[in-house]
Amino acid sequence: MKATATESDWGNETKQWYVLRLFVAGTSPNSVRAITNLKAVCETYLADKYELEIIDIHQQAHKAEGEQVIALPMLIKKSPGTERRMIGDMSDTGKVLRGLGIKESAA
Amino acid sequence: MTREKKTKKIDHIYKYLPKSASGISGLDEITQGGLPTGRPTLICGDAGCGKTLMSIEFIVKGAILYNEPGVIMAFEETGQELAMNVASFGFDLEQLQKDKKIKIDHVHIDRSQIEETGEYNLDGIFIRLNYAIDSIGAKRVVLDTIENLFAGLENEAILRAELRRLFSWLKEKGVTSIITGERGNGMLTRHGLEEYVSDCVIFLDHRVIDQVSTRRLRIVKYRGSVHGTNEYPFLIDEDGISVLPVTSLGLEKQVSYEKISSGIPALDKMMGGKGFYKGSSILVSGTAGTGKTSMAAYFANQACNDGKKCIYFAFEESPRQIVRNMKSISLNLEKHVSKGLLRIHASRPTLFGLEMHLVSIYKAIREFRPDVVILDPITNLITVGGMSDVKAMLVRLIDFLQDEQITVMFTALSLNATVSEQTDEGVSSLVDTWLLVRDIESNGERNRGLYIIKARGMKHSNQVREFIITDRGLDLVDVYLGPDGVLTGSAREARKIEEETGVALRDYALNAKDREIDRQRKTLEAKISSLKNEFESAEEQLNRIYNEDILRKQVLSKTRDQMTKIRRGDEETGTAKIKKSKNEK
Repeated sequence: MKATATESDWGNETKQWYVLRLFVAGTSPNSVRAITNLKAVCETYLADKYELEIIDIHQQAHKAEGEQVIALPMLIKKSPGTERRMIGDMSDTGKVLRGLGIKESAA
Repeated sequence: MTREKKTKKIDHIYKYLPKSASGISGLDEITQGGLPTGRPTLICGDAGCGKTLMSIEFIVKGAILYNEPGVIMAFEETGQELAMNVASFGFDLEQLQKDKKIKIDHVHIDRSQIEETGEYNLDGIFIRLNYAIDSIGAKRVVLDTIENLFAGLENEAILRAELRRLFSWLKEKGVTSIITGERGNGMLTRHGLEEYVSDCVIFLDHRVIDQVSTRRLRIVKYRGSVHGTNEYPFLIDEDGISVLPVTSLGLEKQVSYEKISSGIPALDKMMGGKGFYKGSSILVSGTAGTGKTSMAAYFANQACNDGKKCIYFAFEESPRQIVRNMKSISLNLEKHVSKGLLRIHASRPTLFGLEMHLVSIYKAIREFRPDVVILDPITNLITVGGMSDVKAMLVRLIDFLQDEQITVMFTALSLNATVSEQTDEGVSSLVDTWLLVRDIESNGERNRGLYIIKARGMKHSNQVREFIITDRGLDLVDVYLGPDGVLTGSAREARKIEEETGVALRDYALNAKDREIDRQRKTLEAKISSLKNEFESAEEQLNRIYNEDILRKQVLSKTRDQMTKIRRGDEETGTAKIKKSKNEK
């Protein structure tokens, strides 16, 4: 990971703290898959460097408007860097990592 | 066709398709009640044709007029932008949102911010919509423009499946919804939304013909309902959208036997003595300067004098100009204006398109509720529309006015001096009464002749009258028909003088003859008396002869008696006696 740090867009990546928010719709298959996939990605690439909030939009419908939720499941990367959104069941790891701003080779 | 009819009939018997009034003027008439309740309606059209406004008006009117709260899901503009855009139409979205009558949810999609990482669905939109609907108890929903999703998301297969699900979900939810869509290439919408929304499709169009733009609306389909199928012009003005049904469906108008005077007694007399029928339409046509406006002003003046209200739509002159000009024929329109009986609306025809004119006329009439309407002149409208457009507009106007029992007078300028029965925008067949003022040119002067070309349902004179305008006003006089044709103006006066001279001469001649006869009579009388005298003398002579004869006889017999007495002969006594008796006889 240190090898990538100098090349990273975000500067010193070791100090980055990832704030992630995952919106899901109850226990739909997509949602369950998304949670599993995302957790796997985070554990692999961001161990101890992230906080993940999982929001069931059915329970908190009012948040949907504020966060501009359209498609589900949706992951919002609040920080570091600019906000990014990822939709889908997070099965495409490459795209998830690109969204999070992590170089795949870092693994 | 027959099957359609059958199903319609069944619908009729069991249940009408419930409709939600849109509150958009004119649209509910065309759709015969509004949009299908609980079903989605697609409004499609080019950019700038008024899709968004129409859908917002649907929501706002629903919230205000029909107490049906509505949700606007805006994919293009934010709530503030929308509110600002429609504020000019008097829609206060901010306040309505505060009152929980409307909820605006702006959906923002930015492709650059979104990474698609696998399977997904649009539950987010469903949930947001559901939340918005439930939070205010909405009955109406607008999705403007949902096709933006196609720009924001890549996976079209998912999108299509989700849209299908969304529309059926909206139906299930029982909300009346409008989905807007941009017109596509060869399709009603760019992404074929019409495939999913099949209950009611309204197509908006914005065309520019001869530099005049007209918006038109057409109902492409409306499942389970009869509807007008024509293209109806509509416009957007300060009150929102107004759709104008081209013609009303029937000719079932109320008619009136009441008559209203034209203001020119001689003209009334030409039409059976009382004037025009109330609620009829009158066309006054003629070449330039034949006094059409004066005639219209007279009509207006008369209506106001009778305590009726009148609107004068002027397309050539300003109100002040009309008032001033009419003063020259001793017509005081100012007092009617200040009394509020007369209103003069002046606008240049080129100010806006025909439809706008029509609507502004509608509005003014609806607001002022006049008994008499004057349009002066309709020919000027051609500058903003084709002949057929003007005609269509006038048909609609006449239709509307007849419905309201308003008498209307149009003036029309005919460009050619020769009378053609086909001029006047072809409206001559629409109007009930057609007056034609025509120039009669002779002896180096121009005079006006007035004809009544037609007057439906009225006995009317077939005579040409000379129409004169003096500083005392308008009048009609009989024209003289001489051997050389119609005499008007000074020729008529000359003829009049000639005839007056003739009368004087004849009178004189008559007097002379009378005297002559008198004299003759006197002579004759004298002759008669002399003859009488002659006769009397002749008679006397005759009598005298007769009497002499008698006398002579008497004397003779006397003398004979005496002679007998003297002779004393017995025999002769007998004869004498006989003779005596003879004499007695």
